[in-house]
Amino acid sequence: MENFAIHIHESYLYGLPLSVVNLIVMFGAAFVVLLGFVAPFAGLLSFIERRIAARIQCRIGPNRVGPQGLLQFLADGVKSLFKEDLIPKVADKPLFIIAPYLVFLGMFTSFVVLPFSSQWIVADLNVGILYLFATAAITVVGLVMAGWGSGSKWSMLGGMRSAAQIISYEIPTGLAALTAILLAGSLSLQEIIAAQGPHPWQWYFFDNPFTFIAFFILFVALVAEGNRAPFDLPEAETELVSGYNTEYSGMRFLFFFFAEWAHLYVLGAILTTLFLGGWQVPESLLASVGAESIAARILELVFFQLKIYVLVFLVVQLRWTVPRVRMDQMMDMCWKYLVPIGFFCVAGVAIWMMLFPDGVSFVKYLLIAFSSAMVLYYFYKVYRNFKDSRAELELNPFV
Amino acid sequence: MLFNFGNILVFVLVGVGFIAVSLLLSRLLQPRFPTAEKEALYECGELPTDSAWINYNLRYYLVAVIFIIFDVEIAFIYPVATVFKEWITKDGGAHAWLVFGEVALFVGILFLGLVYVLVKGDLNWFKKVTIREGGHRITPEEATAISSHSQGAQN
Repeated sequence: MENFAIHIHESYLYGLPLSVVNLIVMFGAAFVVLLGFVAPFAGLLSFIERRIAARIQCRIGPNRVGPQGLLQFLADGVKSLFKEDLIPKVADKPLFIIAPYLVFLGMFTSFVVLPFSSQWIVADLNVGILYLFATAAITVVGLVMAGWGSGSKWSMLGGMRSAAQIISYEIPTGLAALTAILLAGSLSLQEIIAAQGPHPWQWYFFDNPFTFIAFFILFVALVAEGNRAPFDLPEAETELVSGYNTEYSGMRFLFFFFAEWAHLYVLGAILTTLFLGGWQVPESLLASVGAESIAARILELVFFQLKIYVLVFLVVQLRWTVPRVRMDQMMDMCWKYLVPIGFFCVAGVAIWMMLFPDGVSFVKYLLIAFSSAMVLYYFYKVYRNFKDSRAELELNPFV
Repeated sequence: MLFNFGNILVFVLVGVGFIAVSLLLSRLLQPRFPTAEKEALYECGELPTDSAWINYNLRYYLVAVIFIIFDVEIAFIYPVATVFKEWITKDGGAHAWLVFGEVALFVGILFLGLVYVLVKGDLNWFKKVTIREGGHRITPEEATAISSHSQGAQN
């Protein structure tokens, strides 16, 4: 990005001082990420999630607005724009108003460090991972503000639950991320990806048994941090009406869900970066389009996106498959299982690195074989479920 | 470096601007007929009673305290993790074992704390009922008996 700004300055805007060009490039990047990336992703994901949920529950889902209901999210957005924005009389107004800003910023500022390809990153901070955890913490403040500021009992319960949940699950997140940092020896996301390779046996996911476990810890912890089912206790609609956003309406309400859906992208990006090789593309494929060309960058972007979409799809499917856990079960899972296992994994990876500095190929292939078997079993189970529920009719998207 | 961190500030500004403009647009387009019913809290159709700002369950505070301890601990491990890889190649790995031992000692002390908290039952969401009554510690069975007795009296 910095080189890009210098390039723009030298080629096109040489009349302007460099600092002004830098500012123009920064704002341009922020708008491209927001309007070209975050907003369409959050919108389309809201549509896709509703359709997946409908299929799983043998319904049809939204299919009226646009082709196959594809423009449903725009219709929802316009509807929210015209809704009356109500603020309860007893609410703590400043907190009530600031809360959506913080929740949205916690999600949006994470995109600064997400590496979309080897060149396309807004800012490759040398504290990348820590920065990501810091932005996640801003969201908590926003949720607690929303819960407290509404002055409603439902919101209050939801806000307190979200605080307890998100801060608890930050510990396993930090521990699981430590395993990848130990292996890569850097906090910068680009360097962590560069330390891995394009092929599965070069990913940290399969590096040793401890990183293999750490991946699942990180997955569970991030799902919990994103307030997604089965950990959506802060907004548990059967217990708390709608949790921290009970009293919100119109656009303010929309931004909470905007942030929640866009957060799924951040979730996928963190997992992909730390354990699944990020944007790495096999060299032969890269050479065929020219390693320095724009096409190569797009190819890297596509690889990165594909991995993220698989993870996001899994999280969406998880939401509509698994029932919600209880509050005590959730806290038990974090403090009694994930945290001790996380410490065990960090120690394990450190010892593994000292014993086998070059890695053990046999173990890697064993882990890959095991995961392949798991993936095959997953497809078999999904196939069986479809067959048993006789969902052939429901599968037709053109009903 | 300034460029990189400047980006965060720009993202914050654009994010805030995006929400502010959307809310302003919504303000211009929406109807505004506030009534007492609309401005009331939602309490499942009942008239709202009392304030929601009550003394909250102390358990949440305990979780927050334990979180702070462990979060700081993990923050301390991060710098070591970043340079750990270099130490493995240095001096045939002797340094790495020393560093690992030191960190393990540091983490071990705090991990003992976690074990203590777990054994003490402070992380159990439902603690066993042990009401003190004149120095006598009531067992869970007695507590159940008392509560069922008082329920019977009400009926």
